[in-house]
Amino acid sequence: MDPRYIGQSVRRQEDDSLLRGMGKFVDDLAPHGLTHAAFLRSPVAHGRIRTIDTTFASEVPGVIAVLTLADLRPVLTSDRLPVQFKSDGLPPNIGPYILAKEEVVYVGETVALVIAESRAIAEDAVALIDLDIEELDPVTGCHQAVQPGAPKAALDRDSNIFAQFEMGYGEVDQSFATAAHTVSLSLVQHRGGAHPIEGRGVLAHPDSLSGQMTVWSSTQQAHEARGFLIELLGLDETLLRVRTPEVGGGFGAKYLLYPEEVSVTAASLLLGRPIKWIEDRREHFLAAIQERDQFWDVEAACDASGKLIGIRGTMIHDGGAYVPQGVNLAYNAATAVPGPYDLPNYKLSVQAVATNKVPTIPVRGAGYPEGTFVMERVLDGLADAAGLDRIEIRRRNLIPASAMPFSTPLKSRSGSGITYDSGDFHAMYEQALKEIDLGGFADRKAQAAKAGRLRGIGVACGIKGTGRGPYESATVRIGKSGKVTVFTGAMPMGQGLKTALSQITAESLGVDPGDITVVCGDTNTISLGLGGFASRQTVVAGSSVTVAAKAVREQALTIAAGLFEADVGDIELVDGMARVKGTEIQASLKELAKIAGGSPGYSLPTGVTPGLEATEYFMPSGLTYGMGVHAVELEVDAETGAVTLQRYVVVNDCGRAINPKIVVGQIHGGVVHAIGNALFEFMGYDEQAQPTTTTLADYLMPTAPEIPRIDVHLAEYPSPLNPLGVKGVGEAGCLPTAGAIVSAIENALGSKNQLIQRIPVMPQDLFQFIQQGKQTDAA
Amino acid sequence: MTNSAETLHTVTLTVNDVPHEARCVARQNLADFLRHDLQLTGTHVGCEHGVCGACTVLVDGLAVRGCLMLAVQAKGRSITTIEGLTQPDQQLGILQEAFAQHHALQCGFCTPGILMTLVEVLQDDPDPSEMALREALSGNLCRCTGYQNIIDAALAAAAALRKNQK
Amino acid sequence: MKASPFAYFAPGSLQEALDLLGSLDNAKILAGGQSLMAMLNLRYAMPDQLIDINGISDLAGISDLGARLSIGAMTRQRVLERDTILLQKAPIFREALLQVGHIQTRNRGTIGGSLCHLDPAAELPALAMLYDATLIARSANGERALPMAEFPAFYMTPALEPDEVLTRIEFDPWPQDSHFAFVEFSRRHGDFAIVAAGCLFTVASSGTIERAAIVLGGVGAAPMRLTEAENSLIGQVPGKEAFDSAARAAQSIEAMEDSVYSAQYRCHLSEVMTRRALIKAWDRQQERAA
Repeated sequence: MDPRYIGQSVRRQEDDSLLRGMGKFVDDLAPHGLTHAAFLRSPVAHGRIRTIDTTFASEVPGVIAVLTLADLRPVLTSDRLPVQFKSDGLPPNIGPYILAKEEVVYVGETVALVIAESRAIAEDAVALIDLDIEELDPVTGCHQAVQPGAPKAALDRDSNIFAQFEMGYGEVDQSFATAAHTVSLSLVQHRGGAHPIEGRGVLAHPDSLSGQMTVWSSTQQAHEARGFLIELLGLDETLLRVRTPEVGGGFGAKYLLYPEEVSVTAASLLLGRPIKWIEDRREHFLAAIQERDQFWDVEAACDASGKLIGIRGTMIHDGGAYVPQGVNLAYNAATAVPGPYDLPNYKLSVQAVATNKVPTIPVRGAGYPEGTFVMERVLDGLADAAGLDRIEIRRRNLIPASAMPFSTPLKSRSGSGITYDSGDFHAMYEQALKEIDLGGFADRKAQAAKAGRLRGIGVACGIKGTGRGPYESATVRIGKSGKVTVFTGAMPMGQGLKTALSQITAESLGVDPGDITVVCGDTNTISLGLGGFASRQTVVAGSSVTVAAKAVREQALTIAAGLFEADVGDIELVDGMARVKGTEIQASLKELAKIAGGSPGYSLPTGVTPGLEATEYFMPSGLTYGMGVHAVELEVDAETGAVTLQRYVVVNDCGRAINPKIVVGQIHGGVVHAIGNALFEFMGYDEQAQPTTTTLADYLMPTAPEIPRIDVHLAEYPSPLNPLGVKGVGEAGCLPTAGAIVSAIENALGSKNQLIQRIPVMPQDLFQFIQQGKQTDAA
Repeated sequence: MTNSAETLHTVTLTVNDVPHEARCVARQNLADFLRHDLQLTGTHVGCEHGVCGACTVLVDGLAVRGCLMLAVQAKGRSITTIEGLTQPDQQLGILQEAFAQHHALQCGFCTPGILMTLVEVLQDDPDPSEMALREALSGNLCRCTGYQNIIDAALAAAAALRKNQK
Repeated sequence: MKASPFAYFAPGSLQEALDLLGSLDNAKILAGGQSLMAMLNLRYAMPDQLIDINGISDLAGISDLGARLSIGAMTRQRVLERDTILLQKAPIFREALLQVGHIQTRNRGTIGGSLCHLDPAAELPALAMLYDATLIARSANGERALPMAEFPAFYMTPALEPDEVLTRIEFDPWPQDSHFAFVEFSRRHGDFAIVAAGCLFTVASSGTIERAAIVLGGVGAAPMRLTEAENSLIGQVPGKEAFDSAARAAQSIEAMEDSVYSAQYRCHLSEVMTRRALIKAWDRQQERAA
């Protein structure tokens, strides 16, 4: 039977309340007796706290409490947060403090918090806390961090190196001996912050009736947050519930339990009052995680035909002041280098180091954009060195469809192998070239040239590992009301996940997706969950839901078969009814649920098990990989260094699309985020590691006029690794963007022997680059 | 909620055609006032420094940043917020409906400001070009959608509104 | 962040406002608020008293005084952008204003607020400089006229006394057939320009340039006139040669640098944007003729 709901762009069930202004975000919640928190944050990048005098702050009318770490200790089991991902081999003393103890290690670190009747009053009081700090030398960059004699980013550590490891396979050094062409690159990659339009936020709400503390958090990970909160507060699952209201975007910044969530909850336990803290934009700049800087020094070699032989080099990653999550970001970046290409030999030495800046963990893309950019630069460099067309060299190196599934010798951070599970990369590549009308480019370039504009084209590819395990939870239940409800530990933050899960459920149960309620991110409704990261939720939670929904379907059919005295095979579930096909013999799901619910003291009908309900924890055997090809045309204003994007084509493999409109929307967003990374967004710090871009007027996110139409084409190569055949797309759009744009800029300029090696490409830098190119061309 | 030292000002105004009177401190901005004093939480606050546009509301029909105006300045004014876009029969308005049809929102946090901006823009220019719309929305940041579906929804809403006018 | 506390006054007349300004300590005037409100919210500005002049209706409006135009300080940018008198007599205002911030900020922002905030890259101070406008300030002691050239005291600070309020701006519009353009180089639409250039010039019946004014924004602490370039245009036939040569004068200006853009880059952009402004002004005329 053809799917009825899966594959349809059904209307999102999330939209109605949001469009009426009735969606409830964390700052929209205002329980009786609500109080408000504001934080005193470190004004310096590195310092030793002499004293924190809260006398004047405490006297401000409307202030309820001014709290330091010492004040919170009675309800804490630890002064520090743990490293939140499995973290074998990492050094000690790298988890963030809940509030600073003796030392501060980045500007914006939480030092104390004020609880007051209003946020404004809390901020008035914060300004009156007398913080006496002895300034220490900061580590301002990761090259400085590893120099002999460099200051230490934190005094209680032996070294500024969090982790170092080798990544690779093959015989790289020997392979270079056979190279026909080589290229050397020193790539500086900057990715800024996540910047969801809603910042972080938490409301700790102690309920005197139930005795349970409810923590409402704008988070990507309700269950993970609960796990760490109960550990840090010495509570258990019955005493603390995490719930998520609408979440106004996450992009990685909310996949972490932060000091603010812990300290606000601890303060609420101490004071017995509801406390809300809403991150303002300045705080997001100072204290929400970023991705920031990676420095790559790589050499690459190819044979005379342009076939890759090997890549070798080093990468140094700015981890920031703490390691709140792990070094997965650096790891992902290193594993992403081969991408969709057949790279026979690879060796990369990686160092993740400490600086006195806010910690880094994955932002949308999670290191893959950086690894992808390296490979795309390498291919452009080798093409130029070999005198090959840049578009052709990619064709020669893409993994052929005949090699699928293709295993690289690398291991993902979970330890499992990296195997590209399906796809025809060449077909997608050719489709992208066709869609951007490569054949007509020469004419468009000539037309632009007549008007004095430099037009260029660039193509790049990337492949994203999606659907990370180990599992996601889902319960599908038909209650006695007849209502179908899905409970999951998956956590939407704008993706339309509830709609997608309702479609998947509807497919098995024959209920309109709009009539299905999906409950996410509430730890009282399902015991386990991992939440929203790594483009995983439709893959993993979707698979759990489909398995659970099918089980419920079987239960419903069994009951109906007994009721109708018919064969199970003759019964269909449609429009909320179980019906003997082709007859009017039917019963509603509500009736079936009542039967499954039983009656006190009476047996259930033969073969019927209690409840119309099933729970599944789908465990993917490996990541599923979706390839993307981006082709961009742009114009460069050589007099100013300005870049104007003109056309943008994406061909992306999403496996089976559950809701194509949602899938395309995810890719739009990813592309534009990465356009920001390629051309606009830069998080600046001065020589004392003071952030210099702390407003949205200084940190430039792309706005509508800078963005061209993005023409997305979905390739649907089903994944063999999950029952739906889906692949993740949440981050897919971020990967090849910078590579394609930078390549197109060089193509527009037409100069040889120059490669842009730093992103974002700022107009001033590009102008200088053009001037240098002119000199080189003249010489 | 206030610092007892601060004077309370009485603000009488109309929001979505409903008269309101509330007391607030001078420093309370209009967006916070609507959200926390009038419990109209559909208006969102994304930066508080006048860049993101999430807090955009209409003041006497003109789109303004709710974070860059004091609540006391709204005295006697007529304010329209996203809550005022829903039709009296509880149906979505044309613009809201176009946003749902075109998947023009994801997390929905920036959406109120974008809708309110578009109300004025489409009244001003019933038949805008795509580029005119992009420029008109340059003061509204969206991190989720990449803007394209927003522009498509706005173009569709403009067409539907024109048809309605005829 | 939330603003720090302040006492709020909403005088209904200019006299009342001046009395308050003369008597209150650490007071700040609130005009359109599109810069000040952000600074208050960030606690970059922490006045004890805020005097809101939005209720003083006679501070807003555009008056055509024949040879001279007068614009009240509280006239909203969006009103200026659509005003028919301005469109006819000084169309460069609309061209520049469409590049000022965004619809939402122009609906509140005022010409006086922009002039007093005096951002180096702001369009309205640049226009005031381009027109050699006169700025009229009032205090309890009376009225004072300041030429725009003397209005900037230093970086983002006008030469107003603490008890003075800017009430209006006056300037002589150029002849109807003047050529004009206002161009900007900025990273995103609506951002403050890295460099902005505005120009006005008239061409005599002989076909040569008779009168010219060029202003640069974003380059110095305040908008600056390119007098050398203006002079070089006089008597020239409008066209590439004259414009190139005039623009080259921008190479010798002293440009400021900040944490992102070097003085050298700004200097270069000044030349480029000056040339583009002149070309745009002239091409528009050719297009109109065609």
